[in-house]
Amino acid sequence: MTVFSWQVALAYIILAPFIGGFMTGLDRKISARMQGRRGPSVLQPFYDVSKLMQKETKMVNHLQQFMVSGFLVFVAFTGALFFWGGDLLLVFFSLTLAGIFYVLTASCANAPFSSLAAQRELLQMMAYEPMVLLAAIGFYLATGSFQVREIAAASMSGIVVLPGFFLGFVFILTIKLRKSPFDLSTGQHAHQEIVQGLNSDLSGFVMGLVEIAHWYENVFLFGVIGLFILNGQVWSIPVALLVCFLVYFLEILVDNVCARVKWKLLFQSAWIVTACTGVINLMILSIVHLAK
Amino acid sequence: MEMIGFLILFPFFVALLMACMRKGSLLRRYTLYAACIIQIVCDVYFSVTTLASGKTLTFLEETHGLDQVILIGEWVLVVLVCYYSFKFRKYYCALLSVLQTGLVTWMEKVGYVEQCPTTNHIMIDKLAIIMCLIVGVVGCLICFYAMGYMREYVHHHSEVADRRSFFFAVLFVFLGAMHGLIFSDNMLWIYFFWEITSVCSFLLIGYSQTTEAINNSFKALWMNLLGGLGFAVGIIYAVLQLKVVSLHDLVLIATDGNNDLAGFALVTVAFLAFAGLTKSAQMPFSGWLLGAMVAPTPTSALLHSATMVKAGVYLLIRLAPAMAGNSVGLMIATIGGLTFFMASCLAISQSDGKKVLAYSTISNLGLITACAGIGQEEAVWAGILLMMFHAVSKSLLFLTVGAVENSSGSRNIEDMHGLIIKLPGLAYVMIIGIAGMFLAPFGMLVSKWAALKAYVDAGNVLLVVFLVYGSATTLFYWTKWLGSLVAVHAHSDRIEDKTKPTQWMSLSILATLVVVLCVLFPMASTYIIEPQLQDMYGTQVGDVLGRGNIYIMVMMLILLFIMPVMARILTLGKKEKLSSSYMGGINVDNRKFVDSLDQPKQMYLSNWYITEWFGEAKMLKLSLAVAAAILIILMTIAIGGALV
Repeated sequence: MTVFSWQVALAYIILAPFIGGFMTGLDRKISARMQGRRGPSVLQPFYDVSKLMQKETKMVNHLQQFMVSGFLVFVAFTGALFFWGGDLLLVFFSLTLAGIFYVLTASCANAPFSSLAAQRELLQMMAYEPMVLLAAIGFYLATGSFQVREIAAASMSGIVVLPGFFLGFVFILTIKLRKSPFDLSTGQHAHQEIVQGLNSDLSGFVMGLVEIAHWYENVFLFGVIGLFILNGQVWSIPVALLVCFLVYFLEILVDNVCARVKWKLLFQSAWIVTACTGVINLMILSIVHLAK
Repeated sequence: MEMIGFLILFPFFVALLMACMRKGSLLRRYTLYAACIIQIVCDVYFSVTTLASGKTLTFLEETHGLDQVILIGEWVLVVLVCYYSFKFRKYYCALLSVLQTGLVTWMEKVGYVEQCPTTNHIMIDKLAIIMCLIVGVVGCLICFYAMGYMREYVHHHSEVADRRSFFFAVLFVFLGAMHGLIFSDNMLWIYFFWEITSVCSFLLIGYSQTTEAINNSFKALWMNLLGGLGFAVGIIYAVLQLKVVSLHDLVLIATDGNNDLAGFALVTVAFLAFAGLTKSAQMPFSGWLLGAMVAPTPTSALLHSATMVKAGVYLLIRLAPAMAGNSVGLMIATIGGLTFFMASCLAISQSDGKKVLAYSTISNLGLITACAGIGQEEAVWAGILLMMFHAVSKSLLFLTVGAVENSSGSRNIEDMHGLIIKLPGLAYVMIIGIAGMFLAPFGMLVSKWAALKAYVDAGNVLLVVFLVYGSATTLFYWTKWLGSLVAVHAHSDRIEDKTKPTQWMSLSILATLVVVLCVLFPMASTYIIEPQLQDMYGTQVGDVLGRGNIYIMVMMLILLFIMPVMARILTLGKKEKLSSSYMGGINVDNRKFVDSLDQPKQMYLSNWYITEWFGEAKMLKLSLAVAAAILIILMTIAIGGALV
């Protein structure tokens, strides 16, 4: 039994923006409560984006529009491929392509804040990329397949043999979700030191598209978290959802208690944590495989 | 048979013509164009007909006369090397050259070779055909481009003596030698052509005769001659101990578990693999390829994509079955993996376009080397694909960088900032080339993906780690470059594009190949690579990546191409306005801001090179030392272990 099919992929394309937007609303609510505020309505992100959509778009050049569209389309493609049950490595490669479109959105503006953020974003990508690829390899070693569909239908949850991969992935998830202490290139907080980082030169409708792309991306990322839990049994689905929620709560907590770190610490910690969790888990797995 | 002779000898003949013709004459130009076209057509025709016949062709058992000619040829090379070594007082090169050729001559003259069973000197299997296509098509396109390029080059570099006749002649000798190398099965013949390519690269790198060029060319020479010495020792060992001169037979003996000589065959394999490492510029021998960038761009393109370094990995792939799961394979795979990772880190710190390309070549060759070292079917599949895609993308990039340099006067990536406005045509071609090097769904990524899968299946954790970390650094330096290209420089003018129509022809054909190969590679896999693996391993290799994934990648490619339309649809009917970029509210315009003295100041955006970590000062020596240590230790273990 597996949840991944073309119907789910279709549902993802249609529903992911709503789920993602709701998640962001929840994030803001929980964050506010942690800070002793009431916080905006859970639907606030939707109001924000719909307002962005109606505003006049100011652009530095037309290439930005093209790049943002590329980001959105390939993020949606990545998620759809994942929820369809496709090859996990291809899913991650497609995610990288989307990420590069986003970086180029900022580069092509040829503006100081955007360019700075573009380089920082690249550094972040370099920091998390090893763990992302390792995660796919971990699933392959655990279940014998790169296909998401087959991984999810395995008799045993991936996390049982992949605890290190899971920890490593949760660690880099902080970078991917653009949460403190790793929100160097752009983030949700108002005190962002480089204005809005990658989004500095985006506005109006195009900015709205970026927000939607982030929502797509977030839903996909928690799909990967869920994949660690899913197995052939039906009960694994609610458990996976619960774990996703817990991880999200943890990320929000970390976001609220940490100050932003310098790039060196981000980069070093990401690579070292990857080595200590993912790589060591990989070594153990392959020794077990050889013993078989 | 006549066809093969023609393919090998025709470039030599053209070289002779080039050497004799008058500088800058129209006749020479058209002769070169015609020669390139003839060579390409013949290579393609030969490949297609041979593939259609489905057979492995073998020829020439008795070649006593030809062997004598080759021996004389080898001594001609020695004389040439000695002449240059004495002229520039680099005596060690002469010593290396005399030593190895002397050894081989001694062996032939004493008559040990006659004791070996006679085998075919020429063998053409599917791998040879792929190489033939790479060398023929890509190599000739580079020569085609070179004609127009060199005219500009001579124009720009008036201080360099115009030695174009010599240059074109050597280019064609190079192509001829490569054809000879890939068609030969007799190790003595391969060795002869191997030496020609070493000497040719030496001559091409030293083209400008500046002190730097001469030093770098000798660096290339001694490293490759050292590899050649390894090759010679390998052959002598094979002949004396195993009574074998055929490369094919050598691999058969080494993989035959019941053969008592298998262990001894491994010694030869280790020496040949060592030669392969030097030629494919693996660490610690990466220095010569980096030095090679002083040469005119077509030389770099040729060395990096179609010839030279590909000869190294070609030999390694031939030896791959003999390296599966033993200490020689371990040595090769470890060096390859290390080189992939280290070179991709080093590329981050470089701003010279050609140097980034050079590090990227070394890095990618490391991947192919590692595939060969693993030696299993899947890995070799990935290795062959990598070789093919790399040749096309890398030659395209080199030629584009050369064209940009000719038009704008710089090949520094910093100066390519805003190229999409200054030289849009070349910028687009360059973007295709870069995308081809590392992005889904283009070729290099596809093969890297297969390589990753192969490493995982082989259970080599170290290689997997090198690959995942190295992919991350690869991503960084390429995207940084892409970012510079697409930066839209407001108020920047177009520069006059001095690229000649013939150069554009080469560029556009190569760019088309990069894109088309993404769609066509499954065919190459089915009709060429899989049958080749069947011959090498005797087992059926299915789709490594899965047919379904290939359809998805084609879908991605289509998505990329209709992206402009999608962008249009997504933003249909929306109000939009161009405005200036955000500079904290102190813009004068998009390029200037108001400084603290209330004066307009020009903004300059630079890339990030992270030299404190990835700089050559810090990393290069370390990587060379580690690689040298690994090479010495593992080579000792491999040879010692094989003999015990």
